[in-house]
Amino acid sequence: MGFLHQRRTLAPYLLLAPGMLWLAIFFLVPLGFLVYQSLQSGNIDFGYAFTWAWGNYWDAIKGYRGEFERSFEYAGLATVIALAVSYPVAYWIAFRGGRWKNLLLLFIVAPFFVTYLIRTLAWETILSDHGLVVRLLTDIHLVPSGGRVLATGTAVVAGITYNFLPFMALPLYVSLEQIDHSLVEAAEDLYANKWIAFLRVTFPLSLPGVVAGTLLTFIPAAGDFINAQLLGSPTTHMIGNVINSKFNELIDYPAAAAMSFILMAIILAMILVYARAVGTEKLTG
Amino acid sequence: MSDSPERISRSVFLRRAAVSGSVLSVPGLLAACGGGGPAPGGSSTTVAQLAKTLHFSNWTLYIDKKGNRHPSLDQFQARYGVTVDYTEDINDNASFFSKIEPDLSRGQSTGRDIIVMTDNSRYPSLLVQKGWVEKLDKSVIPNISNLIPQQRHPSWDPNRDYSLPWQSGFTGIGWNANLTEPVTSMGELLGSKKLRGKVGLLTEFSDTLCLVMAYNGDDPSHITDKTFNRAITTIEKAVHSGQIRQFYGNDYASALANGDLTATMAWSGDIVQLHADNSHLQWQQPDTGGDIWTDNMLIPNGGNAYTASVFMNFVYEPKIAAEIEDYVNYVCPVLGAKAILLKKDPAIAKNTLIFPTTAMLDAAHTIDPEALNNEKYQTTWQNLISA
Repeated sequence: MGFLHQRRTLAPYLLLAPGMLWLAIFFLVPLGFLVYQSLQSGNIDFGYAFTWAWGNYWDAIKGYRGEFERSFEYAGLATVIALAVSYPVAYWIAFRGGRWKNLLLLFIVAPFFVTYLIRTLAWETILSDHGLVVRLLTDIHLVPSGGRVLATGTAVVAGITYNFLPFMALPLYVSLEQIDHSLVEAAEDLYANKWIAFLRVTFPLSLPGVVAGTLLTFIPAAGDFINAQLLGSPTTHMIGNVINSKFNELIDYPAAAAMSFILMAIILAMILVYARAVGTEKLTG
Repeated sequence: MSDSPERISRSVFLRRAAVSGSVLSVPGLLAACGGGGPAPGGSSTTVAQLAKTLHFSNWTLYIDKKGNRHPSLDQFQARYGVTVDYTEDINDNASFFSKIEPDLSRGQSTGRDIIVMTDNSRYPSLLVQKGWVEKLDKSVIPNISNLIPQQRHPSWDPNRDYSLPWQSGFTGIGWNANLTEPVTSMGELLGSKKLRGKVGLLTEFSDTLCLVMAYNGDDPSHITDKTFNRAITTIEKAVHSGQIRQFYGNDYASALANGDLTATMAWSGDIVQLHADNSHLQWQQPDTGGDIWTDNMLIPNGGNAYTASVFMNFVYEPKIAAEIEDYVNYVCPVLGAKAILLKKDPAIAKNTLIFPTTAMLDAAHTIDPEALNNEKYQTTWQNLISA
């Protein structure tokens, strides 16, 4: 009896173990190493040593404030645009998709069958100065004559939005699809017009999807560097570009580690504020 | 100049590789054969001492090619019975160094017998200083006498104990003649309003620094804080005015060909290759001088020095060098290759970007090696191009 009881209390932990182990080995250990590295000083010629070099953090903030700010600006813009674009699409698929639902979802995911890099390179070609898109935009005077789209901040934000759109659309779809339509009908029976019914019933019920989608978009977008590298110019670089150059070009591991850690800390702080504002229960529905 | 489809594919390939970081791994196993002493040329005992496989890491499309084969490597295999495992996994010096550094710093083999790195980056001299490269086995490289005299005593390896040049090249200005008049000065490149937002500079520290310093009237072979800062200011001004579209690696070539760039700093060999299919692409050293650099073959620790040296001797035969040159179109370091090409492919032999005149060599600057190892300069530079 005692043995059975023991087994029952152990079961949840045993179920948790693989996940926890995975997190410990592939997240906590590298994270600890990152912190350790971020407090080292030295250089590639003479090697790095641990010296509690808190100055790395200060240098990162002082030297690269612009890039940090730009990263959050671009990621924020991309998240808002992705939400604005995805919501109607997800709504339409969930409520009007009918038997085409799966096919329509496939269309949203389809670009993901091509690797991230190739997709972004394709945008480089699409937005090229002598390409169709820029010619069209010039003809309708959205782009001044002789102007360009590629190598601007606009192109970077557009690239990020495009690349992370499915991360926004899919959670939105899932939470919209689960909504019991009789609730909306009930609202309309109680004299709510369609717009009010949406605002008071549908939208609040879809909030878990909005929260999940914005987080899934914003977090990777803030650390992205490929879009800025391929679609941007030297004046549109994000913090990811700086971290990449510190790690791979300068082999300045401490500075890169400090920046990565700061980026992570800021994102974490923003999520906490966000979660408090919308309520954590929205994350889980 | 017969295989033009491959030429155009080079730039496409380069740009893909440039962004992917081109991680093509080389099998980690080294042939067990130890590097040996001198051996009598051509006898069967020589063959016995050679490794079964030579692992050669090089830059993309930097060797002769026919279909999927590299004829020069096939000839090497036929003659010595050594298979060459040829990998094009070097795309820029810094990234490649950061890839092999962890192995070398732990005293482990990188799985490579020959690597190719550029002398206008800090890495060849760093590899020598740190003792991370093997000495050449010169007893099996009699062809070392074919090395052009200008290349025999570089400051970082004065007696060529550790390195031999693979190819050299010039850095200058390339422009798209469909879109602009010739752009022949750095002043135009950095300041002309007609080119605004359509100009590329190179991410390689020494290429851009050399040309800008020469334009400022400073000496790139002797860099001081003052002249360095002046060059950085010049570049910063161009970046902030919106003149510079982006800093490029190999990927500038397709941007220049498709018109996104009107003019850009460019490497001579790329433009020679692209010119075959894009006759509107032009290249010239700026009026204040370009720069010249050399890619060097090196044997990283753990590599088979004997087999690698035999291979180096092989590619320093004028006939083999000529075959490689006929495809690669950079500057050939091997005496005698020109004479062979004059008969085989006179257009290549007479091209001064491949076999430069003395005047061209004189006009080309080289970077101060001290500056390459100056941490402060490197950091300032990386901040400028990535932030």
